[in-house]
Amino acid sequence: MIGVVLVVVAGGFAYLGGWLTPGDLTPARFVDAFERANGVHAGFRRNHAKGLGVSGFFESNGNGMRFSKAVVFRPGRVPVLGRFSLSGGMPHVADSADAVRGLGLQFSLPDGEAWRTAMINLPVFPFRTPEAFYEQLVASRPDPTTGKPDPAVVKAFLERHPETAQVLSVIKSQPVATGFENTTFYGLNAFRFINSSGESTPVRWLLTPMKPFEAARDASAARDTNYLFDALIAHIGRQPLRWQLVVVIGQPGDPTHDATIAWPADRERVVVGTLTVDRADAEETSAATDINFDPLVLPAGIAPSDDPLLSARSAVYARSFTRREGEMKQPSAIRAADVRKEK
Amino acid sequence: MPPRYAQFPAFSRLLHWTMAAMILTMLCLGVAMVVSLGDYHVLVAIHRPLGIAVLILAVVRLVNRLINPPPPFPATMSQLERRMATASELAMYGLMLVLPLIGWGMLSAARYPIVLYGSAHLPFVLPHSAVLYAGLRKVHTILAYGFFAMFMAHVGAILFHTLIVRDGMLRRMAPWNIAGTSAREPR
Repeated sequence: MIGVVLVVVAGGFAYLGGWLTPGDLTPARFVDAFERANGVHAGFRRNHAKGLGVSGFFESNGNGMRFSKAVVFRPGRVPVLGRFSLSGGMPHVADSADAVRGLGLQFSLPDGEAWRTAMINLPVFPFRTPEAFYEQLVASRPDPTTGKPDPAVVKAFLERHPETAQVLSVIKSQPVATGFENTTFYGLNAFRFINSSGESTPVRWLLTPMKPFEAARDASAARDTNYLFDALIAHIGRQPLRWQLVVVIGQPGDPTHDATIAWPADRERVVVGTLTVDRADAEETSAATDINFDPLVLPAGIAPSDDPLLSARSAVYARSFTRREGEMKQPSAIRAADVRKEK
Repeated sequence: MPPRYAQFPAFSRLLHWTMAAMILTMLCLGVAMVVSLGDYHVLVAIHRPLGIAVLILAVVRLVNRLINPPPPFPATMSQLERRMATASELAMYGLMLVLPLIGWGMLSAARYPIVLYGSAHLPFVLPHSAVLYAGLRKVHTILAYGFFAMFMAHVGAILFHTLIVRDGMLRRMAPWNIAGTSAREPR
């Protein structure tokens, strides 16, 4: 009798802890898949491993208050910590025009709240669900004999996920900017803004650069290993870089649960303020290095949507963060000396 | 003449059962959230404020224990059992206080905002440090498993006394009042 009670309690605990369902997709298995695809690089993020810390400020014009009560949208200035990055788990990969560019931001609000967003330069995301993303990670694992992903496996994945193929063709058809400084960054998922009267509005956000867009020319031309980051440091050294924060206001019925689908182009766009980046810091000195740009670190007034990617991103980022924070830090590709040299 | 199995004071019993439910919930949330993708955010959003509530109640409980001391151990407990029971109570009181504090500390060291509700959140109590975060994160897990083991041992011991020794041990902590004069003798 006593044994039965204890076994039932322990069994329930084990079930919740996932020990009875080892086949389930967990944050740890997700991060394992990144590690198998890229190798383990101690101390680095498991994705967007190559990066550069930055800081600056966000100046709100007050226009966002119509939709959100978040303190960040009141007129005024808040400090911002950020990190530019390239996708992939290789911290020393050579810069290339077609690698996905990332920008993680933390807006530090006056009373100790924070808003974090991890943005990329793709207007839509290639994967609808965490499971699809995981499947792709497994499918694109390098073949040990060729060192490259097996094309047949990748093709089979795309046949199972036509939405991914569709998004990838859209991405390929759009020109890429020459550098980080003139790249548009997108918030990836839909969120909800809650205003002071409690009204909820579906939104997406993006950062549009003040520097004019210029398409990257020949992507295959030989360039320096860190040419994108070196140019970014040089730009910031000459003059602060600025982006407008644009909020896209969704209409009822606009899909908020599917990051692969763009909203209609005629949706209202509200410029809510300007981001200024006026300082670059190598990862060895930047506070951004030990920040997890978890997209669900949100202030009151911004809430998650029903997009299943959001909670999964939060969970997987947390697992990656916990792993790398416990490891010996290795030098990053862009060192403090590089930052001083380029300035 | 005092009853042989004098009950804990009513407020102590209320605290005991409230915290038992909260702590078991916390331990379950803890193991569930680290393996969850879709529910991760919701589980974490409950785990943090509930942990702080446990911390506050643990302080209340400690003070209450000093004001309202527990009844003496029943005569059916051996010297060894008494020493073990005292040690495990001490350990569980310690864990109730230390586990939430370590959680608060590790989130501080990682600079995760510790949101309670809406815009209400706790201040950071440790410097921003990868080493501190990584160490405390491990200790948090190890102590939580330790707490679950102590919980199981506690339940096992009480059930052993109640069902095998049949000394009515569980009635000392029964949520309802058992009047001293009408308390049934153990069979």
